Amino acid sequence: MNWMLNFVQRLGATGIETLGVFGRASLIWWRALWGMPDWRNGPTLLVRQLYFVGVYSLIIIVVSGLFIGMVLALQGYTVLVRFGADQALGQLVSLALIRELGPVVAALLFAGRAGSALTAEIGLMKTTEQLASMAMIGVDPLKRVLRPRLWAGMIAMPVLTQIFNMVAIWGAVAVGVDWLKVDAGSFWANMQSAVQFREDVLNGVIKSIVFGAVVTWIAVFQGYDATPTSEGISAATTRTVVYSSLAILGIDFLLTAVMFGVK
Amino acid sequence: MRMRTIEISVGAFMLAGLLALGFLAIQVSGLSIHDSNRDTYKLYAHFTNASGLAARAKISVAGVVIGRVTAITLDPKDTRAKVEMAIQKNVNFLTNDSIASIQTAGILGEKYISISVGGDPEVLKEGDEITDTQSALVLEDLIGKVLTSIGSKKD
Repeated sequence: MNWMLNFVQRLGATGIETLGVFGRASLIWWRALWGMPDWRNGPTLLVRQLYFVGVYSLIIIVVSGLFIGMVLALQGYTVLVRFGADQALGQLVSLALIRELGPVVAALLFAGRAGSALTAEIGLMKTTEQLASMAMIGVDPLKRVLRPRLWAGMIAMPVLTQIFNMVAIWGAVAVGVDWLKVDAGSFWANMQSAVQFREDVLNGVIKSIVFGAVVTWIAVFQGYDATPTSEGISAATTRTVVYSSLAILGIDFLLTAVMFGVK
Repeated sequence: MRMRTIEISVGAFMLAGLLALGFLAIQVSGLSIHDSNRDTYKLYAHFTNASGLAARAKISVAGVVIGRVTAITLDPKDTRAKVEMAIQKNVNFLTNDSIASIQTAGILGEKYISISVGGDPEVLKEGDEITDTQSALVLEDLIGKVLTSIGSKKD
C-alpha cells in the first residue's frame, strides 16, 4: 500500500513541478514583452540581436538549404521518372519545401545554432550575476536583455526560412533542370500552378514566425532559469536544443492539421 | 564590431529575406500584380456525377484556363452536384448553349471542367447556369460495363 502512495506522490510532485516551469516561463515571456517600447535604446539592442541571431545563422541556413533542395530533386526525380512524371518535380520540391521542410528544418537549425547560444549567454550572465547587478542599478533585465532577443527570434526566423526556401529551390533547379534535364518550362509551370501564394507561402511564413517565437522563448527561459553553475549552463543548453526540437515538430503537426488539413 | 557594420549587415539580411519572399511569390507561386483571377463572375452548372472534381479545379476553353471551381454542393432538389465556377471577367463571350464537361488530364491526372462554346447570340452573365453538361467519366464504371458485356456474350 505504501509504495502505491509513494508512486502517486511522485506523480503529483512531477506534475506540480512541470506546471511551475510552464508558469514561470509564461510569466517571464509576458513580463519581457509587456509594457511601453523603449524607443531610445530598443532599436539598437534589437539590431544587435538580429545580427547575432539572424546574420550569423545565414551560412548554415544557405548551405543546408542548397543541399536539401538538391537531395530532394535527386530523390524525387529517381521515383517520378519511373512513372514518366518527372515534370512534376518542380511541384513536388516546391510544395514540400514551402509547406513543411523549409519552416521545420530552418527552425531546427536555428534552435541548434542560435537557441543554444542564447541560453549559454543568458545563463552565463546569470551565473556571473550580471542580471542581478542590472536589477540593482534599476535596469530591468527582462526588458533590457530578454525583450530584444525574443523579438529578434520572431523577426529573424521568417527571414531565414524564406532565404532557405529560395536557396533550396535554386538547388533543386540546379539538379533537376541543369543536370537531370527536366524541361525548364514545365518545371516552373507545374510549380506555379501547384503553389498558391496565400495558402502555401503565407502559411509557411506564419509557421516560421510561430517557430521563431517558440524557439527563442524556450532558449531565453532555459538560460534565465538555469542553475547558476557551469553544469547548470551546460544542462540548460542541452535542454534548449532538445525541447525546442520536440516543440517544433509537435507544433508543426498541429499547424499543418489546421492549415492544410482535410476539411 | 562597429555599429555601422552591424546595421548594414542586418539591413542586407532583411533585404535578402524580402527578396526571397518576392521570389517565392512571383517565380514560385506565380502571383502577379495584375491578378486577373481577382475579377471574376459566377456561373453554375449541374452534373449528375462530379466525382473527382475538387474546389480550385481548373476551367478551360480550348485548353486555356479561364477560371476555377469555387464550390461543389449537392442540390437537394434533384440530388445532382451543383458546381459554382468563378470565370474571369474578360472572358465574356461564353454563349447560352455552351457545353460544360468534366474531363481528366491524362489517364491518372486531375479532373477539370472543359467548356465548349456554342453559336447562340445570347451570352452567359453573372449567376447564369450552363444547362448542357456532361458528367465525369468514371473509369471503374466503364470497366464494369465492359466486363459485364463480355460476360453476357459468352452466355
